[in-house]
Amino acid sequence: MDTQPVDNILEVRNLRVGFGINKTIVDVVRDVSFDLRRGETLCVVGESGSGKSVTARALMRIARPGRITGGSILLRNPRGDTLDIAALDDESEQMRAVRGDRIGMVFQEPMSSLSPVHTIGAQIIETILLHRDMTQTEARAQAIEALRRVQIPNPETAIDKYSFEFSGGMRQRAMIAMALSCEPEILIADEPTTALDVTTQAEILRLIKRLQRDLGMSVIFITHDMGVVAEIADRVAVMYHGELLEIGPVKQVFHEPKAPYSRHLIGASNKFTITGDHARGGTLPGLDPGVMLDVRNLDLTFRKSTGVLFRKVQEFHALKDVSLKLRDGENLGIVGESGSGKTTLVRALVGLIPADSGQAIYRSKDGRDFDLLQKGALRKAGLNREIRMVFQDPFSSLNPRMTVEQVIAEPLYLEGKRSKAEIRAKVISLLDRVGLPKNVLSRYPHAFSGGQRQRISIARALSVDPRLIIADEATSALDGSIRSQILDLMFELQTELGLSYIFVGHDLGVVRYFCDRIAVMHKGVLVEVGTAAEICQNPSKDYTRSLIAAVPGTDPDHRRLLTA
Amino acid sequence: MDKTQEALAAADEPVFEAHTPLTTQGTETQFQLIWRAFKAHRLAMVSLWVLIFLYAVAAFAEFLAPNDPLDVNARYTYAPPQEFRWFEHTEEDGWAFRPHVLGYDVEVDPVALRRTFVMDEETKYYVKFLPETWETKMWGFIPISRHLIGVEGRRDVLFLMGTDRLGRDLLSRLIYGARITLSIGLAGVGLSLVLGVIIGGISGYYGGIVDNLIQRVIEFIRSIPPIPLWMGFAAALPRDWSALQNYFAITLILSLIGWTELARVVRSRFLSLKSEDYVSAAKLDGAGDFRIIWRHMLPAFSSHIIATATLAIPGMILAETSLSFLGLGLQTPIISWGVLLQEAQNLRALADAPWLLIPGVFIVITILAMNFLGDGMRDAADPYGSNH
Repeated sequence: MDTQPVDNILEVRNLRVGFGINKTIVDVVRDVSFDLRRGETLCVVGESGSGKSVTARALMRIARPGRITGGSILLRNPRGDTLDIAALDDESEQMRAVRGDRIGMVFQEPMSSLSPVHTIGAQIIETILLHRDMTQTEARAQAIEALRRVQIPNPETAIDKYSFEFSGGMRQRAMIAMALSCEPEILIADEPTTALDVTTQAEILRLIKRLQRDLGMSVIFITHDMGVVAEIADRVAVMYHGELLEIGPVKQVFHEPKAPYSRHLIGASNKFTITGDHARGGTLPGLDPGVMLDVRNLDLTFRKSTGVLFRKVQEFHALKDVSLKLRDGENLGIVGESGSGKTTLVRALVGLIPADSGQAIYRSKDGRDFDLLQKGALRKAGLNREIRMVFQDPFSSLNPRMTVEQVIAEPLYLEGKRSKAEIRAKVISLLDRVGLPKNVLSRYPHAFSGGQRQRISIARALSVDPRLIIADEATSALDGSIRSQILDLMFELQTELGLSYIFVGHDLGVVRYFCDRIAVMHKGVLVEVGTAAEICQNPSKDYTRSLIAAVPGTDPDHRRLLTA
Repeated sequence: MDKTQEALAAADEPVFEAHTPLTTQGTETQFQLIWRAFKAHRLAMVSLWVLIFLYAVAAFAEFLAPNDPLDVNARYTYAPPQEFRWFEHTEEDGWAFRPHVLGYDVEVDPVALRRTFVMDEETKYYVKFLPETWETKMWGFIPISRHLIGVEGRRDVLFLMGTDRLGRDLLSRLIYGARITLSIGLAGVGLSLVLGVIIGGISGYYGGIVDNLIQRVIEFIRSIPPIPLWMGFAAALPRDWSALQNYFAITLILSLIGWTELARVVRSRFLSLKSEDYVSAAKLDGAGDFRIIWRHMLPAFSSHIIATATLAIPGMILAETSLSFLGLGLQTPIISWGVLLQEAQNLRALADAPWLLIPGVFIVITILAMNFLGDGMRDAADPYGSNH
């Protein structure tokens, strides 16, 4: 489609970035070459550890402690000559002039990349004053303009607020405003939406796309989510183990991927479509299943008292009169944005948070009914062996000071029924079941990747032969392709062991893939419950529709988010 | 580039997850990781060796001390440190290796009638290795009469660091004092640690009213100025208690105040760990409170506790020193560095015998080494932290 010569703003040639480990230098980015054209969106995809973030940081020369060990990064000046960023010193005058002025960057975690002790405005004004010859008043006016551009309501007052007064989405907007305050030619966005809900993600993606058009800048967008790539990319670069496997126009990469790894990524993301008709991977529950768990009118309020002498009680009504049923052998999904009460609900069910009123009647293996909301109910009659939980964060859910064997064996040990040798045999068979070799028994969790840790968590949940597994955002912290591997493992286990799942998530595409029925929650209220197909194809509530609209598609030919 | 692509092309159904090689990483234990981080801290390593040396001296005090620390020498009050020489020059065989010290000559100032010691080049006391000198009992039960170094002659004396008001050998007293001073720090911190971990643990784990109450008590204790409080306690000790009873009483007094700091550290750790998912997971596994605290939470910060405790030892040593310096702590015949410094209270004595301040130098060295060691341990304590 291009007849005029290709207009590159950035040319990266054979870039190598190394980290010093025990006196040797290990290259984590090897011979990466690509061009960035003026005005295009280049998506860099790959799993965590593939070197995509390090590459982006090297472009800004903020890769420390990593060092550029070879190659060149040519930034084309408006006059036509080039500047080799790779040859500059990290802290040189020239590099600082490039940073923020010609290349802006947005990070993944908006909370930690904004200073909590300065107002949003002060941080943006500082950036402007560093690069522009302006008075304080002019800089302030430009900062307000920058905030208006990212659609922060009332920018005149918002400029004097602190980052913690903003929600996650607002913070990311402020971060973008800061990165764009000097109207750079290149914006590097390093997983800017990974920490956000799908609905907020959709808003941010739209915002970036619109700003790119308005300012005519090039965007390097780093992500592990192929859905996002399909929605926004002009061209795609696929990275794996520090190497660039393939780069090309988005349609070409999606329709005719060259590298097997690209095929693998696309295949994994295709599973999580909102439309289409696919049977779920596990066995469906029988025709007339019994009710395993019946939650009736669950109500829960968080109370926080502040002040020492004059106590004030702040209340937050987290769950409002929630009722729902889980049938035998069924996968029930609970979706909603953060703050919708979905995690509170499942934590209340296992007794980690006390509920105020309501009942949750659980019918145990031997046919007796228990109210899970009673204090200590889970310990009674060994229910904590029937109902198990898998947590969201694979890094905080495993004790860093316990070996894999100790972690998995803990519930078996507490059960007190088996001998040491029996426990060890059981642990080995569990590891085998979740796809880990038995030589990991004496390792500590820090030696494992996120997906492997989540497998260990699942093994821990399975150790006492449960009937119900509550997975609280169990795959949210994982990369797309690993997410699908974990979900498929959970399906296999279901078929084999006859499990039921309660699956909490914020991505309707993933929940639809995994669950038979879906409950939608919003601000502590159960908005609607229905079969996965009903909810996804004929939603009855506007809120559900907005959730559906926010799920990225998987086909670059049919973009959903940006046209909406 | 080629290798990976070939590997990918070769596999029929490539598995793209396990890029963490499961055979080489994560085999190091907690201790190995901490030790490696600690070894990189050079100042802490030096401090560790200094402390090992000091504690070894304290442990073998009886063997290392050249003189009986309680032996009074009326002839040698405030004698200055002797000059020590390795070699001797004689007419017959020239220079020879014969370690010796010079004897004293007393000069009396005819006007002020003040006695001053000068070195007598003629008198030489030969320093022997493992001589048979004075009798004592090692650790209170092994009788020994040989010591590392000493002089054997009946009238020979060896005062390498001079003597005090009663002509007692300062070096020997310093070595004996190390035992009390260094051990009171350990014992005091040990006791505070037990109190701090239990009370801080209860406070942090249960929270609510219990936490509130404990914190207010801690604030109250910490608001009392420490020296008057110690003085009050020390004054309340019965006069007829033995030196040993006194020692334990002082340890108890020091740790009754010292636990508050540790309790706060432990509490804050518990508060931050309580919200970790793995603690919730342990609860759901069916673990009881006691097991959650001991098995799941304490190991997560035991290294931090040790580091904090190390940093608390200097405070204990200084507290003991101040108390003894004020004459309220340990009493003679117990020897501690604080008791020794008591001798240096008198300005006149100091002007005449500045070597009485040597225990102060050792206190400073010990405190600095403890602090550096504690710093190094604190930095190394979290091997998975971000600063490595």
